[in-house]
Parts: sequence; C-alpha cells; structure tokens
Amino acid sequence: MQYMLMIYGDESGMANMTQKDGEQMSAAYAVYTQALLKAGAMVGGDRLHSSADASTVRVSGGKTKVLNGPYSESKEQLGGYYIIEAKDLDEAIAWAAKCPGAQTGTMEVRPVWKVTM
Amino acid sequence: MPSGEQLAHDAAQRVARASYGRLVAFLAKRTRDVAQAEDALAEAFVAALQDWPVTGIPQNPDAWLIAVAKRKHIDGTRKHKSRADAADHLLLLAEELEDMAKSAPAIPDERLALMFACAHPALDPGIRSPLILQTILGLNAEQIAAAFLVPPATMGQRLSRAKAKIRVAGIPFRVPEREALGERLETVLEAIYACYAQGWNEADHLNNALTEEALWLGRLVVELLPGEPECLGLLALMLFLQSRRKARRFDGGFVPLLEQDITLWDLDDINAAESLLRRAGAMGQIGRYQLEAAIQSVHAARRASGITDWQALCLLYQALYQLTESAVVKLNWAAAIAEKDGVAAGLAALPNATAFPELEPYQPYHAVRADLLARSGKIDEALAAYARAMALEHDPAIRNFLSKQAEKLRHTLN
Repeated sequence: MQYMLMIYGDESGMANMTQKDGEQMSAAYAVYTQALLKAGAMVGGDRLHSSADASTVRVSGGKTKVLNGPYSESKEQLGGYYIIEAKDLDEAIAWAAKCPGAQTGTMEVRPVWKVTM
Repeated sequence: MPSGEQLAHDAAQRVARASYGRLVAFLAKRTRDVAQAEDALAEAFVAALQDWPVTGIPQNPDAWLIAVAKRKHIDGTRKHKSRADAADHLLLLAEELEDMAKSAPAIPDERLALMFACAHPALDPGIRSPLILQTILGLNAEQIAAAFLVPPATMGQRLSRAKAKIRVAGIPFRVPEREALGERLETVLEAIYACYAQGWNEADHLNNALTEEALWLGRLVVELLPGEPECLGLLALMLFLQSRRKARRFDGGFVPLLEQDITLWDLDDINAAESLLRRAGAMGQIGRYQLEAAIQSVHAARRASGITDWQALCLLYQALYQLTESAVVKLNWAAAIAEKDGVAAGLAALPNATAFPELEPYQPYHAVRADLLARSGKIDEALAAYARAMALEHDPAIRNFLSKQAEKLRHTLN
C-alpha cells in the first residue's frame, strides 16, 4: 500500500533557525531519505516552500476566488511530504515515527487513494 | 419436550455462535474487509441453520461454514466489484483456500489478531470495545447500541466507519511483536474491561449479558496469550467483581460493598480469581490489572475472615496510584485511608476537583466526599455533595440509595 507522510511543523521556529541547526536538520532528513531508499520504501516526496508563499483557491458560483496564504491559519503548517510504500499501517507509522519531523512537529499518515487513468 | 429438530437447531446455533469470531477473523485476515466477511458469514449461518437440523451437524462445522461463506463471498464479489477488482479478490481467496487445504482440518485461530486490529490506536477509542463485541461475538449494532446507550443508527454508522478505516488505512491483523505488545495489549484489555464495566454499571438484563461476554473474551485472551500476567490479572479482577453480582442489589436497591451480605458472594468465582492472580504473580511482572485484582482479593477475604484489611488496601492503592496517576484511584485510596486512619485523614487525602477536573462530573467523587463530610459533622457541605452526586447519577437504584443517605443526614439535623 502507498501512504503519504505529511510533515507538519511550526514555521516560525524554522525561520528563526541558526545556520548550524538548519544544517543539522538537513543532514537528519538526508539520512532518513537514504533509509527509505535503501528499504525500497521511497515512492516520492519533497520539501515545500513556506505557507506564506501559498495561495488558496476556491470556486464559488462560477467565480474563482484566490486568497493569499495557506488554507488553514494554524501554527503548524505542512512543510513537506513523503510518499512511501508500506505493508500496512503499522509499517507506515513506524516510518513516520523515524522522520526527523516527528521530533519537532506532527506527522500525518494517510493511505493514498490510487486513481487509475 | 423439544423435538429432535429443535435440539438439532439449538446445537447448530451453539456451534454457529461459538465459531462466529474465529470465522470472521479467518475470513477477514487477508482482505482486511471485516464488513464483507461478516456479510458472507451471516449468509453461511442462515444456510447452516436450515441445513444442519435436516442433514445433521457436519463433522467439521467450521470448515463447512467457511466453505459456504467463501462461496457467498465470491458471489458477492462478482456481483459488486468491477472485473479488475474481482480478479484481485479471487486471487486472495484462492490463496486462502490453499492455506486452508494445507492446515486442514483445523482452522487457525486468528481471533487475537482481529482483536488487535479492532483495538488499534488509529481507531477512535470509543469504538474499539463495540467493534470487538461485534466482530468476535457477533452481536448486532442494535444490541451494542443499547449497551452503550447510543442510538442504533449512530452506532451502526460508527461501526461501519471503523471497519472501513481498517480496510482503507491498512490496519494489520497481527499480534504485535513482544517488544511492541505492551501498549497494544493494554488497548485490547482496556476494551474488554470497558465492556465489562458497561455491563456492571447497568442493572438491566441485557447489560448483565455484557458482563458474561466480557468474561468470555477475558478467558479467550488468557487462553491465547497464557504467558501474559496482565491478561490473567484482568480475568481475575472481573471474576472478583462478578462474585458479588448477587449481593450488590437487594429488592432492586443498591447495596454498597461494605454492607453486602458476604454469604451471597460466589465462592467458585472467588477461588478461580485467586488462582488466576497467583498464576499472574508467579510471573513476577506487576501491572495495573493485577493490582486492581489484588484490591478485590483483599475485599473478597472478608468472605472468610469477616474483616477488611485497610492497611493492605492503602498500600495497594498507593502502588496503583504510582502506576496510573489516576484521579479515581486517588479517590478510592482516600476512602481507604479514612477507614484506616480516620475520617479527618481521609478528607485530607481526598483529591481536589480543581487539581483533578475530571472528578467534578464523576458521581462517586461527590458520594465519597459527602460520606466523609457527614461523618466529620460537616452536615451542610455533606448535603450539598449528596445533591451533586444525585444529579450526576443515571441509575435509579443508586440515586435512591444516595437520597436515603441524605435523608438520614437531614434527620440528624432535627
């Protein structure tokens, strides 16, 4: 099964990071990504730009409404994601727990609904 | 006199009932589709109850039911799925049938794996016990809804949502590895105990049946995981409580533990519980349920000695509080301290509802407080606490008991 691991974290904390902290975080993510690749569990994933660079779109009565910013104004924002292949939810949860993002923020684990085209 | 046909029908029903959970677990293990397994099995049971009284009960009823359920399952799959999906399902079924042929005639018992799926932390805690009751025991949504005081439609919806999550999110049917077992086993035991408590707290017939179902599940878990002391502890705890079932009501009225007629306590239950607790203790790994069972064992000892060892109870509550940090445990501990060291000491040990806000809506908190206040002569405060306790209590027998206590107190005022 495929699961999306969504990494939610406090963006202001991220912005105030020292360069050394930033390097450490990148190294941790690199190790984690390597582990996923080595296990053959990596399907895809990327880091996202800050939610300040997000635009929110909704169509209502045929009119497209665009708003500046993220959909949800909560403190924790989606900062990146992995799509992984796992045997079952327990395996996906185990990978999510190993992600550096789980140390500082929250991981959401969702099964991917494969749409065949 | 029941007819031969009636006897065959009853026997068929017993076999069917005893096999229900085993078969759901077996059928759903590979597909994780609990709802579909239940549907197929329901049809197989209908067929069994028609055929068996005529043809006799087959030598291996489980295998018979599985074979019919598989056929229904395949028919259902053909009808409802697109061709590509059906091929996947048929492949899974073929694999299962092959497995079954290898392991025939015994069908592997996957009930524990199913219980662990139902008690998975990714499911809403409130639906775990109902889900175990339905999938392992075969109770329908109406019966479960009545027991958990939820409208049947709501319960049905929540059960099917949980089953969908098991399938869609890929919740595994697996007994966790030894090192991961702890937390997950706790959830399974919690679900069984919640089922017992649900039955214990209600006086009516259906809910008493619920305590029997919980005991049945408790025995099953002990049988399937004989090396886990907390399983033994939970079963012991439930049997100790069960031993007092005849003594806790008199003429429909509620009788508190210390005023119960000890000759009504069931000795067989007590002896069975003691032996389970000893077995658990020998494994040298103490836990919450063993401590709670030990507390009940101290109360049960009154059956033989006529006295309650409050010193021992205080020590056990202290240990249980260190383990759980539960406000309810602290409350019971304070009540035990009041018996050991006097009312003033009990009042001083009573947890404060500001520090433990979960106690404010908890009826026994106000009842214990009222009793201690009354005994220390603080009548007005005691009456206010009784009023709060009565407002929170749903069981008329207990409300009536509280009202009588308050009434007695008012008399002392005059």
